[in-house]
Amino acid sequence: MDAFKDVSRRQFFRASAGGAASLVIGFYLPARSILAMAQETAAPAPAKLPSPNAFLRIGADESVTVLLAHSEMGQGIWTTLPILIAEELECDWSKIRVEHAPAAPAYFHTAFGIQMTGGSTSTWSEFDRYRQAGALAREMLIQAAAAQWKVDPKSCRAEEGFVVCGGKKLSFGKLAAAAQKLTPPSRVELKTSKEWKRIGKPTRRLDSREKVTGRAEFGLDVRFPGLMTAVVARAPVFGGKVKSFRAEKAKATPGVKAVVQVPSGVAVVAEHFWAAKVGRDALEIEWDLGPGSELDTEKMREDFRALSQKPGLKAAAAGDVETAMRGAGTKIEAEYELPYLAHATMEPLNCTVKPGRDGCEIWTGTQFQTGDQAAAASVFGLETEQVKIHTTFLGGGFGRRATPSSHFVVEAAHVAKSAGMPVKVVWTREDDMRGGYYRPMWMHRLNAGLGGDGLPIAWRQTIVGQSILEGTPFAKMMIKEGVDETSVEGAADSPYLKAIPNHWIGLHSPRPGIPVLWWRSVGHSHTGFVVESFVDELAGAAKLDPLEYRRRLLKDHPRHLGVLNLAAEKAGWGNPLPQGTFRGIAVHESFGSFVAQVAEVSVEKNRIRVHRVVCAVDCGICVNPSGVAAQMESGVVFGLTAALYGEVRFKEGRVQQSNFHDYPLLRLHEMPRVETHIVASSEKSGGIGETGVPPIAPAVANAVFAATGKRIRRLPLRLA
Amino acid sequence: MKLIVNGKEHEVMTPGETPLLWVLRDFLGLTGTKYGCGMAQCGACTVHIDDQAVRSCVLPVGAVAGRSVTTIEGLSSAELHPVQRAWIETDVVQCGYCQPGQIMAAAALLKVKAKPSDADIDAALCGNLCRCGTYQRIRAAVRRASEIAGA
Repeated sequence: MDAFKDVSRRQFFRASAGGAASLVIGFYLPARSILAMAQETAAPAPAKLPSPNAFLRIGADESVTVLLAHSEMGQGIWTTLPILIAEELECDWSKIRVEHAPAAPAYFHTAFGIQMTGGSTSTWSEFDRYRQAGALAREMLIQAAAAQWKVDPKSCRAEEGFVVCGGKKLSFGKLAAAAQKLTPPSRVELKTSKEWKRIGKPTRRLDSREKVTGRAEFGLDVRFPGLMTAVVARAPVFGGKVKSFRAEKAKATPGVKAVVQVPSGVAVVAEHFWAAKVGRDALEIEWDLGPGSELDTEKMREDFRALSQKPGLKAAAAGDVETAMRGAGTKIEAEYELPYLAHATMEPLNCTVKPGRDGCEIWTGTQFQTGDQAAAASVFGLETEQVKIHTTFLGGGFGRRATPSSHFVVEAAHVAKSAGMPVKVVWTREDDMRGGYYRPMWMHRLNAGLGGDGLPIAWRQTIVGQSILEGTPFAKMMIKEGVDETSVEGAADSPYLKAIPNHWIGLHSPRPGIPVLWWRSVGHSHTGFVVESFVDELAGAAKLDPLEYRRRLLKDHPRHLGVLNLAAEKAGWGNPLPQGTFRGIAVHESFGSFVAQVAEVSVEKNRIRVHRVVCAVDCGICVNPSGVAAQMESGVVFGLTAALYGEVRFKEGRVQQSNFHDYPLLRLHEMPRVETHIVASSEKSGGIGETGVPPIAPAVANAVFAATGKRIRRLPLRLA
Repeated sequence: MKLIVNGKEHEVMTPGETPLLWVLRDFLGLTGTKYGCGMAQCGACTVHIDDQAVRSCVLPVGAVAGRSVTTIEGLSSAELHPVQRAWIETDVVQCGYCQPGQIMAAAALLKVKAKPSDADIDAALCGNLCRCGTYQRIRAAVRRASEIAGA
């Protein structure tokens, strides 16, 4: 396959459907490009004609193929977007097929202007576009049928894959070729929520069969004749460079084809993974380590602590904290800490690159097609559209596969270019664990003063941690007056602050040189823990029930209150529990959704066990309740792993963790019973992939406090 | 050396210390068995050797010469194994990467315990990590598979 230059509607359809008559629906929604804006170039003007693109293909064989503008990484978008199309199209659900879309402007995010999956945005950002695509196709099929029957289109309707008029009936597949020749209507009417048949009903996933049979293709599974596998030796500390290397032993390994130096290290290219790995391990490399070798977690904690004593840059402020604090009857100070964390996706990073004369092809599980495409093009000196990206299933994303630097794609492009052959670069688990791009380490210093009613009259919070966005194309948009929004989200915009007349949220963004990245729930992964733990501390100081205390502070926030009360009611807050079991509660808003969780916890010999989690979620309009419940369960497990185990540490610049024995994940026997309750809502959909994560760590920490009287202010939670 | 995989005999040319996982994936093209850790910590590489669940990432291929290896691709002669059917019904999968290993571990359990207790399920599957956290549905699906197989 040659790299494609022009994904015109027709070419795309021919390439994908093998020439069978089909109806292809695509249209263009102008969106500002983050990358373009960040580079201060003009945003692309809305095209005169739609950039031909396709969201939907109806085949003569009755198949309805939905093209996903987003990547399936477990969150269920493979099922959600087809639900939106099918709701309007009125097709036969069993005929739906799904494919990842190619990398092309047609699939740019409707809010962000680049093709990407992240920020828990896929459902709400596509809610209109995919329904409109379905409605357009339905109208064209109806028109085609009406023309054939010589009747008024208004007398026809679509039903389960057919257009029907009186006693007449034609299948979508039979109408597709004629419908394709019609001009799409300039506007379509979408159903009202009362007319929905699919949205809001639990729907089973469409990718189950291929995933349970082992047929689903992940990046690591890509195979074609001539494809080599490479394993790369990278510097043992961040910023290190190759000084010199000897490759004799590596080259002597049976199966090894080439050893090439690339900017990130030395790559051993072989006929298969095992030869590449054995060869890589046999390389003798002298590294120029640079200042990265001085990194030490304990030293960094001291530095962060010192910074936390200074106010920092203003992220939010009101009133006069100092004066209010002097007048407060009760004063509380606390220091909270969270470590660097690895995403540890089950599928380690990998990327396949096939260089060609007129372009290159890439196969990888990516959350960031547009950036990766541009980055690979720049390695090869190609135009962006000469790079064709095949998005495979992602064996977990959690943010790790959305890299503004596109580092794992760039590296693979360098290896393939230097070796002059198609190469799949595979990261071992150890490479992945030690390869950086962590959730940053955070330290928060908090001071609060309570009024006579026990409610806070002053709140000061100083946050210390690396900026994720600094140095990326997102910086210009999302770092304002030195404050990275993702560092303070969930704290600077906390609903509690509205009830606290005097507050200050300050930020320090030190630069220790560790690559950092968004990690499922991003800033909320630390602010949720800190704010919800500290509020619990204040409730304790005020001698008030933690639920009641939150109710008072959140009285003007109905959606927070809604989930808080629902979780409390379903958990039986206040009712007796079995001997030795205790409850903790937390509520947090993130990505447009509201989640409250009540955790039931026991502590035995300093070991924390979570037995049950009652979760209430208000995500606005819920497209697939089964998927929402799955994401809440998933978020609880992800957050519990961080609460109980997660920690990446540095000594002499070396990452101390390497694999699952020293970076443990929650296991099946530790899984609590998770009960999810979804608030019925007609509000705009919020995010769901990340929103289950933030409340679980504080809910558990608050339960541990209830059980032991010990307030743990550092993750992972340790009692001894 | 001779390998019997999913009932078929294969001749592979590789040193005996090559882990079975990479022989399956890179030599035989059976990519349903996954690489997760390379040190028997995560279970993504679980296959059956003579009906027993083993971690193929640490098993030298030389040790299984002549023995019967079953991978996810050969789990069922029918279209779907009861465990796979139960997995679909229960809507277990998320990213799906660990699921072939989970399913192989569950199928091996049901072979020796047709009606496993919760403790049996915990013991048989606690070696299989799932970063998406599908554990609650995995438990339910194993129980459902036991029903389907017994029906």
